[in-house]
Amino acid sequence: MAARVVDLTKVYGTGMAEVRALDGVTLDIGAGEFTAVMGPSGSGKSTLMHCCAALDTPTAGEVYLGDTEIGGLDDKRLTRLRRERIGFVFQSFNLIPTLTAEENILLPLSIAGRRPDREWYDTVIDTVSLRDRLRHRPNQLSGGQQQRVAVARALVSRPAIVFADEPTGNLDSRSGAEVLALLRRSVAEFGQTIVMVSHDPVAAGYTDRVVFLADGRLAGELREPTREAVLERMAAQEAGR
Amino acid sequence: MLRAAWKSLLGRKLRLFMSTFAIVLGVAFVGGTLIFTDTLNKSFVAIFDNSVGDVVVRPVGAGDADGTATTLTVPGEVVDELAKVPGAARADGNVATFSLFVIGSNNRVLGGQGAPGIGVNDNDAPAAHGIKGLQVVKGRDPRGKDEVALDAATVRRAKYHLGDTVRLVSAGRRALLQPKLVGIADYPDGGSLNGATVSMFDTATAQSLFLDGKDVFTNAWVTAKPGVSQQDLRDQVAKVLPKGFEALTGDKAADESASQLLKAISFITIFLLVFAGIALVVGSFLIVNTFSMLVAQRSRELALFRALGASRKQVTRSVLFEAFVVGLVGSSLGLGLGVLLAIGIRALFASFGLDLSGTGLVFGWRTPAAAYGVGLVVTMVAAYLPARRSSLIPPIAALRDDVAMPESSLHRRLLVGTLMMLVGVAAGAVGLFADVPKQGYWVGAGALLAMLGMAAASPATSRPFLVFAATAYRRVFGSIGVLAGQNSLRNPRRTAATASALMIGLTLVTTMSIAGTSAKASVDRTIERTFLGDIVISNAIGQGFSPEIAETASRQPGVESVTRLRYAEAKLKGDRKFLTGVDPATLPQVIRLQLTAGSLTGFTGNTVLVSKKVAADEGYKVGQELTFRFPKGPTKLRIVGIHDAEFANYLTTLDALSQGGYKPEDSSLLLKVDRGANTADVKAALEKATEKLPIITVKDQREYAAEQRAPIDRLVLMIYALLGLALVIAVLGVVNTLGLSVIERTREIGLLRAIGVDRRQMRRMVSLESVAIAVLGALMGIGMGLVFGVALMASLRDEGLEVTRIPWVNLVVYLLASVVIGLLAARLPARRAARLDVLEAIGAE
Ligand SMILES: Nc1ncnc2c1ncn2[C@@H]1O[C@H](COP(=O)(O)OP(=O)(O)O)[C@@H](O)[C@H]1O
Ligand SMILES: [Mg+2]
Repeated sequence: MAARVVDLTKVYGTGMAEVRALDGVTLDIGAGEFTAVMGPSGSGKSTLMHCCAALDTPTAGEVYLGDTEIGGLDDKRLTRLRRERIGFVFQSFNLIPTLTAEENILLPLSIAGRRPDREWYDTVIDTVSLRDRLRHRPNQLSGGQQQRVAVARALVSRPAIVFADEPTGNLDSRSGAEVLALLRRSVAEFGQTIVMVSHDPVAAGYTDRVVFLADGRLAGELREPTREAVLERMAAQEAGR
Repeated sequence: MLRAAWKSLLGRKLRLFMSTFAIVLGVAFVGGTLIFTDTLNKSFVAIFDNSVGDVVVRPVGAGDADGTATTLTVPGEVVDELAKVPGAARADGNVATFSLFVIGSNNRVLGGQGAPGIGVNDNDAPAAHGIKGLQVVKGRDPRGKDEVALDAATVRRAKYHLGDTVRLVSAGRRALLQPKLVGIADYPDGGSLNGATVSMFDTATAQSLFLDGKDVFTNAWVTAKPGVSQQDLRDQVAKVLPKGFEALTGDKAADESASQLLKAISFITIFLLVFAGIALVVGSFLIVNTFSMLVAQRSRELALFRALGASRKQVTRSVLFEAFVVGLVGSSLGLGLGVLLAIGIRALFASFGLDLSGTGLVFGWRTPAAAYGVGLVVTMVAAYLPARRSSLIPPIAALRDDVAMPESSLHRRLLVGTLMMLVGVAAGAVGLFADVPKQGYWVGAGALLAMLGMAAASPATSRPFLVFAATAYRRVFGSIGVLAGQNSLRNPRRTAATASALMIGLTLVTTMSIAGTSAKASVDRTIERTFLGDIVISNAIGQGFSPEIAETASRQPGVESVTRLRYAEAKLKGDRKFLTGVDPATLPQVIRLQLTAGSLTGFTGNTVLVSKKVAADEGYKVGQELTFRFPKGPTKLRIVGIHDAEFANYLTTLDALSQGGYKPEDSSLLLKVDRGANTADVKAALEKATEKLPIITVKDQREYAAEQRAPIDRLVLMIYALLGLALVIAVLGVVNTLGLSVIERTREIGLLRAIGVDRRQMRRMVSLESVAIAVLGALMGIGMGLVFGVALMASLRDEGLEVTRIPWVNLVVYLLASVVIGLLAARLPARRAARLDVLEAIGAE
């Protein structure tokens, strides 16, 4: 088990303005699995991911990363947890503009004062096929390349789990496919655990498992999803509302 | 469009506040200075209106020698004649001295430095226009040699009561007077003395104390009969006046005195306005930076306006409108603060003895006019460049993700900046070394231009340092260091402009510190080289003192010789010159004079020794005669020698001065101790002998040097305090820049935090960037200051300041201080960066 949330609830605002972004979600994330979280806009996908990734604190419920319950941790420990056990890929603005691709990739390690494992680093660089772009700055890279750098950065510290929030949301379909294939490969070849938030049925097709969210609640899941199966499920959900 | 600008202003209150602060301070200085100056003027004009009669009669020459007391007088018979002039109601003879100081009951001299101690005869002569002059209003008029009346403010400050024995130090025949206080005087029609003290005696006593007991007066007032104008009366008086005397209308005499005094203290105004200027220049850097950043942040929004059809002009105008509002608010606050500042300056001057509490603050129309003018112009000019650049944002930028502000190339900045520096340095050199009118303006404008040029070029020139800092940071602080170093390199204009604001303050501090240290070293060297005496007796407040002191001193056992030094001012070919009178007989014992031409043998009577510098400048030769305008009239002094000492440009004999009509007041006494005697013992004995005269100080050579250095230290300290303000503004600039940068980089900070940068590392990152900016500013400032300081001292070499000493320790301290400044300035922005909510930061636009 890579991560686990129990009865997770997140409420924004109070009174009239109260929004239950998550409402009692219980979910296990299997180690070495590529999990997609899907659902319509506003269903709580990002909130779920933020809570799992120690970026946000839930209103109620528990979040376990491995065996650690992150509820009681202070900012210092949370930061360390993110630094050592979590990798991130965001939808956009993933890279520090002043640093080269290579520096960006190595940043989490050097912040933590850790030395990169040369062999692993080479493997990652080859996997994301960026060897000839390492000295470039983000503004000299295409959107797809930037996302691949972000994936490399997420992988290079060998985190227990990588969270990706709509990593292909800003990309054209070809670059998107490249990034998804890359994520898929890192699961298949390195046994990396990945949780990806997406509303794109195509993206779901690359994963092992799709979890559906609706109005902050779990609304079923699919194993070994195909694009068609996901589309069907989403259509059914629309109809059921 | 204006509406949008208005909204944007309100949305950025805090950021604008910081840049407004600079305007507030600058305007406060301008406003405060003007208010203070107007108040000063009014109060002195009021004083002098009270201190003249309808017509003033005085000896010719008395008006020329202002600053130096003369022996010229108006005989009593002349005064009696004046009373008979047609149109005259009465004529009164006045006795007046300006060196009679009141010692308070705490044994300290009243008024301290600067305020005159006035002694007069008690007559009830009405001042001009029928105003009642200073009169005894409590107790009774003084009678005989043992009674005195004092003005009310002095009695209060000295804590004396009627019937007390009062101690007065006189520069007349007798040094110490101890009369009984029998009356308290005041202006029945209102008026103030601005901190001066007045002691009144009956006429005979005043004459015996200050005019050698003859029936003569310092001047006379003639009072007009009702209906007779000052001018008519003056003309009547002029008809009967014997040769050697002149008559002035009271209005003219008051004007003359007031304008002389105001001219003498006009340096205060200039001094304060210079600092207002510095604050504003430093502040304008802040404004340029703030507006550049605000425009950059709003570029998307501005592009959208353009896309929606706004013209370039409209965009520029909307930014300038913001600047206008900022300038308006800043000027208003500054004006308010200026009033407080004026009160502060007044209090400061009161502590130096210039008490203006008798006059309310004067708020003339030019004060708000100058305040708003300066505040608005500086803000708008500073905002103009960013505003113009904002109009260059293409409308398409609204649709793009990453908006880059259009920037002019750094090469052009380097070129323009270097040119400005060269022109500035050239102008400064002309002012310092060439013989041009208004040298101060040349130097000031040159220095300003050089500093602005440096600032303009600095985005390019600072790169090597920043790259070096980034490398050092990488070595020492790892990836946090890399990030900080990269951030400081990211926007060279911004970093450099922020550093430049600091540079200006540090340039001036460094220059001052070199000038101060060098001047002190020069003083030490001059004293060490030329002063052979063992003991110096002088007046703590820099005024002349009674010749009786010298007689007392020479009677002390162990004293071999006493040499009097007397100072006098006189015009030579229309220019005011400063003469030093000495006794030629004992001079060689106490002063080492190397003559480069002539000899001391002929140095008696109406002769003069001129300094090498004066001789070279004016082309004087031994044997030549110089005609000085002494109080008694033009006097020829023959040049008998040219000396190389650095202290007295015109060294003449005591005889020449007293025959010329100068009062026999000593300025200092140089003592030689008997060979066998112990200097410390002699000094102790002398101190005992002058114990009742607290303004007379006895010093050995070391203490004397320290005393001479003290005013330099005081001046430098005062300038530091004022420059401190410029530094505060610059530090605010750093805070502002970093604060805005943190806001700009919110998403980046969020990302860094998400991938594991902890709060401490975050703070360190911001602090390191801040330190890089501060040290850059310090290096530029210290570098420029070194050049300025050395050039300044080189130009003063001729003025007797021969030593140039660079205070390296101070410079290192400044550099270290800049690190501390950087750390302090980073505190708030760093905290803000560290506290940012990770999620919100990532999601921020
Ligand atoms: N910071 C916030 N404050 C208030 N409401 C929020 C906040 N973040 C998210 N929400 C609300 O919570 C719900 C879930 O949001 P989110 O997790 O971002 O959905 P998704 O990622 O599935 O689009 C939405 O209704 C959203 O409006
Ligand atoms: Mg979302």
